[in-house]
Amino acid sequence: MSNENKRAGAQKSSGLNTEALKDLLFRVADDSLILAHRHSEWTGFGPLLEEDIAFSSIAQDKMGHANALFKILHEKLGEPNADAIAFGRTEDQFKCCQFVELPNGGYDFSLVRHFLFDASELIRWQFLQQSSFEPLAKLAAKIQGEVKYHVYHAQTWLVQLGAQGNEESRILMQTALDKAWPYALGIFEHGAAEGALIADGVFVGEDVLQSAWLEFVTERCAAAHLTIPTNTTAVLGGRKGYHTEHLKPLLDEMNEVFRIDPSAEW
Amino acid sequence: MAIIVSLDPRVTRLQIQADPEITSEPKPDLDQFQTYEVFHQAKSGAHHTHVGCVHAPNAEMALVLAKETYGRRGQTTNIWVVDTGAILTMRAEDSDVFETTPDKKYREVSAYMVRNKVEDYKKRQQLGTKK
Repeated sequence: MSNENKRAGAQKSSGLNTEALKDLLFRVADDSLILAHRHSEWTGFGPLLEEDIAFSSIAQDKMGHANALFKILHEKLGEPNADAIAFGRTEDQFKCCQFVELPNGGYDFSLVRHFLFDASELIRWQFLQQSSFEPLAKLAAKIQGEVKYHVYHAQTWLVQLGAQGNEESRILMQTALDKAWPYALGIFEHGAAEGALIADGVFVGEDVLQSAWLEFVTERCAAAHLTIPTNTTAVLGGRKGYHTEHLKPLLDEMNEVFRIDPSAEW
Repeated sequence: MAIIVSLDPRVTRLQIQADPEITSEPKPDLDQFQTYEVFHQAKSGAHHTHVGCVHAPNAEMALVLAKETYGRRGQTTNIWVVDTGAILTMRAEDSDVFETTPDKKYREVSAYMVRNKVEDYKKRQQLGTKK
């Protein structure tokens, strides 16, 4: 990059609404961190060895995405280091949607959540490749292959159990989809400063994301012989720090080592 | 009644009562999915090398599962999966068809006596250019 371009880039990011940007990064990072933790609870309990490995690996990828976002918050936006952000915040300071904090339930619910959430993640990162905030655009380009595989994994299972399994597996998946749907809509709850993010060219916004996602999951669910529920209301609140009763026990477990020794290396 | 103690602390934490009525039985046959053989390619253009197998209900699922089972460490450019049943192989008792192969050194590269010829040729070339 030439010096001239570098200056232009610096001017661009210094002109961004920093609070809006941080809010977006926390929302995306917290979703990844909490869902990574939920996914990791399946490690050792997966329905077959190969799937146990794949799902655990996906959990690790998500933890990596959260870590990369926390690093940006620390290095570019003046927040404390990644461990302190991940383990040092209280429940009400988390910006994750309530969808990711729900307990795993059975493998049916975990897979449906994996599919619905990761589809939104894939499209979100595709949009973020065009972000005016360069560190985010670079990260988006770097991890696109990982999120592509996550969706490939999820939708293959969805079709397998929905369309190619038996009636029992299809009903289980449909029931899980019905339960997950209102929470999935909560992914797209607006952040604290949605307008500023759009105006600054940081992100296209949750509404654009939601309609792209709806089109994507409608097509995939049809291929899996699953019906998308209608007349449902989105479960909101997570983006503002209001959470289900399930988040606190999760954080308590996740922060156990950090609370004993914040400087522990592990 | 005794509580189930597992090597996994998460299981132990659940405080599951061990039921003396329940005894563990061997799993029935064909309890698992069929297998697919996995071939891993480390570089574009390189051979695909057999690395193991995965259990899966069909080829699509096998590919999805093989990606993480065999492609999550080190460099990977592609993976093939092949239904184990699609591989035709010799019967173990027919391995005698290969028995005399090690004796046939003349079929091995190291047995080709061309080195002397190559060196002679190089020498002649050098002499030629010096002239």
